Amino acid sequence: MDVFSDPVNRQAFLDGFAMILKLTAASALLSLALGLLLAACRVSPVPVLRAVGAGWVHLFRNTPLTLIITFCFFGLYSAMGVKFSDDIAVNNYWLAVVGLSAYTAAFVCEAIRSGINTVPIGQAEAARALGLTFSQNLRLIILPQAMRSVVAPLGSILIALTKNATIAGVIGVMEASSQMKQLINDNGDAAVEIFAVFALAFVVLLVPVGYGFSALANRLVVRR
Amino acid sequence: MSDEPLIVLDSVNKWFGELHVLRDVNLTVERGEVVVVVGPSGSGKSTLCRTINRLETINSGTIRFDGRDLPAEGRALARLRSEVGMVFQSFNLFAHMSVLDNVMLGPVKVRSESRTAARDRALQLLDRVGIADQAGKLPVQLSGGQQQRAAIARALAMQPKAMLFDEPTSALDPEMVGEVLDVMTSLARDGMTMIVVTHEMGFARHAAHRVAFMADGQLVEQAAPAEFFANPRSDRAREFLSKVLQH
Repeated sequence: MDVFSDPVNRQAFLDGFAMILKLTAASALLSLALGLLLAACRVSPVPVLRAVGAGWVHLFRNTPLTLIITFCFFGLYSAMGVKFSDDIAVNNYWLAVVGLSAYTAAFVCEAIRSGINTVPIGQAEAARALGLTFSQNLRLIILPQAMRSVVAPLGSILIALTKNATIAGVIGVMEASSQMKQLINDNGDAAVEIFAVFALAFVVLLVPVGYGFSALANRLVVRR
Repeated sequence: MSDEPLIVLDSVNKWFGELHVLRDVNLTVERGEVVVVVGPSGSGKSTLCRTINRLETINSGTIRFDGRDLPAEGRALARLRSEVGMVFQSFNLFAHMSVLDNVMLGPVKVRSESRTAARDRALQLLDRVGIADQAGKLPVQLSGGQQQRAAIARALAMQPKAMLFDEPTSALDPEMVGEVLDVMTSLARDGMTMIVVTHEMGFARHAAHRVAFMADGQLVEQAAPAEFFANPRSDRAREFLSKVLQH
């Protein structure tokens, strides 16, 4: 346990996980918003919107995340000049958030769409019969019920996102796995120990998330 | 307000794929009139009912409501639907909202009424259908009969010009049919324009101004209830009545 008795190494560990949390928080919010929008597109009566939604899902769900995040750096930033900050570390952070969000939104969209399919058709018909517009119907009737039925799958997506945030390391974001690699490079004889501590930290972080979402899902379930 | 009947269907045809579910249907419903549509299962009664607020589209013919052709889509269609109340076989109360919120939703969101005004009217309507004490509950906590009465209150909250009932008692336990039919009978007595698709011959007999008999997608005959039940003109109607009335 000597490695982590050194405050510098402890700080590296904490910094790594702080970065994971920052990447996860921003990407979770963005991918939820984008996923909702894409799901709305996929069920909309407008063919162009449906095609956009389907295209997004097919493209990002079937592309390796490593590729997407690498593209964010070499494509979006280097080639196309998309820039969020003059500080390279901050810029890379946001490029990673963009990649993570674009990728995760595809999964969020599909989860929400499956949730929409659990809402009986009669609910939408009753709303239409009252004179609600398509967007009111979606906002007030369909999505509130659909979202409650996909709390558990959204929890799984959040867990996957948290772990996927380590891929931000490929464009130089100093998240947990990069910090781990660094520590192992510097303390080769303690590789197994360092690895175990980082792995356990992920488990400790994410097990409660799983339980929390299950409990929430049970509480929010729509009884029919 | 125009002089023509409130609802006019002219040569309406509809296919589900190969199946010709509505064949040249002509039907007019005057203001304040109660038309009960009866006929064997699969005869197109429900489809007919659902075309009137365009939950089902039609392939040919015209449907006019209150002097105007039914709008095809968009806000105009939403506005038309807000003027036509609909009651479904499976109630379709919004499962995630209280009964009161179900009844208030249309007035608040479609008509932009104040919540106070909408709440007052919703409570009056729930009282009228006899379930004011259930206002705060979720639909799942109500019996089928109570749910259907709440659904009627929800439709009435929009102060509709007409009400469509699509087999409103078919999903109910027998002991709950009466409470729903009582509400419908009182509505009919108050002069509401109603189209009622039902298998309840008793309701047709005492509440309808006119009975329309459908079979195989055709509107075979229409008559005042006394005449229809005593002297059906078509063989199909005679056959149907002999089956449903012998018990």
